[in-house]
Amino acid sequence: MIERSHHDMGGLRAGKVKRTEHDYADWERRVDAMVQLLRFDGKMTVDELRKNIEALPPHAYDAMSYYEKWVTSLAQTLLQRGVVTTDELAKKMVEVEKRGRR
Amino acid sequence: MKDKGKYQPLSYFQLMEVTLRELLTEKGLLSEERITQEVETMRNRGYERGARVVARAWLDPAFKTRLLQNGTQACEELGLEIPGLKLLVVENTREVHNTIVCTLCSCYPRVLLGLPPDWYKSRNYRSRMVREPRAVLKEFGLRVPEKVQIRIHDSSADMRYMVLPMRPAGTAAWSEERLAGLVNRDCLLGVAVPKGPND
Amino acid sequence: MVDARFKPGAKVKVRKAFPLGHVRTPFYVRGLTGTIERLCGTFPNPEELAQMRDGLPEQPLYRVRFRQKDVWPDYRGSAKDVVEVEIFQHWLEPA
Repeated sequence: MIERSHHDMGGLRAGKVKRTEHDYADWERRVDAMVQLLRFDGKMTVDELRKNIEALPPHAYDAMSYYEKWVTSLAQTLLQRGVVTTDELAKKMVEVEKRGRR
Repeated sequence: MKDKGKYQPLSYFQLMEVTLRELLTEKGLLSEERITQEVETMRNRGYERGARVVARAWLDPAFKTRLLQNGTQACEELGLEIPGLKLLVVENTREVHNTIVCTLCSCYPRVLLGLPPDWYKSRNYRSRMVREPRAVLKEFGLRVPEKVQIRIHDSSADMRYMVLPMRPAGTAAWSEERLAGLVNRDCLLGVAVPKGPND
Repeated sequence: MVDARFKPGAKVKVRKAFPLGHVRTPFYVRGLTGTIERLCGTFPNPEELAQMRDGLPEQPLYRVRFRQKDVWPDYRGSAKDVVEVEIFQHWLEPA
């Protein structure tokens, strides 16, 4: 059941390719930018990002959008690296939500 | 950051983005300026850069040889800024058609061509392109004859790929700019071919 | 750096192993035989980089060409069709 990881999908049966594209939202572009900058600075690797995306539960992997997966994985990577702590995330999230800033 | 006007509560993930950005800035690891600059840099990368490379290869056989030998160096020759890209260019011929996929995630020559389209990252494309390429290409509107060899490139590690399509007939004496205009992003991934004036 | 074992044209077999962790050898080629198309270079091992280790020494990375009819039992395309995958040396054995 876990010999083939959920992300390792080459050759599986699937439906017609929906040729959707969307103009990426600003927050998505910022997630992308943060990852590239941190990689450039040697603060994380794309391999860790991928590992943490692959670690998502299958239903989450399928349901989450591309950058929802990226930002989740970025947070996990930074937690694993000790760059941020869970408590710091919690405090900041509550503070940001109170501000209601977009 | 742009203000879209109408207040809407942040999704969990948008909240996470703000949270991480602020924490990383407070810790001195990033700055709003750097992030803004990087977003801008990425916006300025698009398939047109790949189209330029293709047009140059069509016009200059020696460049084409160098491009197929070392994609990265050839792009740098043209002054293209492609930090860290290890580019491998694969050539379409009358006998061979190439298509690119990343079955494991979504590897794509981003610093050359910009952000990949949603469909390239989709489950359906990633699953089926390696197994039934002709059927998937047909869904894209491209019929590849049986006598043509299809080569699927699964971008599974450090290399990134771009297809060098065949130059359409009826384009002799065209300028590089005009030739580049025939090449769109789908041509560079191998899910389409450039259409010439005779098509 | 690890020396490159295989030359272009060499027949190689992909190890039939299914370890946990971050692996860049796709499931669909495990246990299959293919041909070395080229050596891409040497790179740090992504399996190790993913675990926050340095992935050194760098490992040779090859593009391995598989005939589609060898990969999929029900492949309905040209017998000439191939799929080419980048695989690190430590996943390959002489065939």
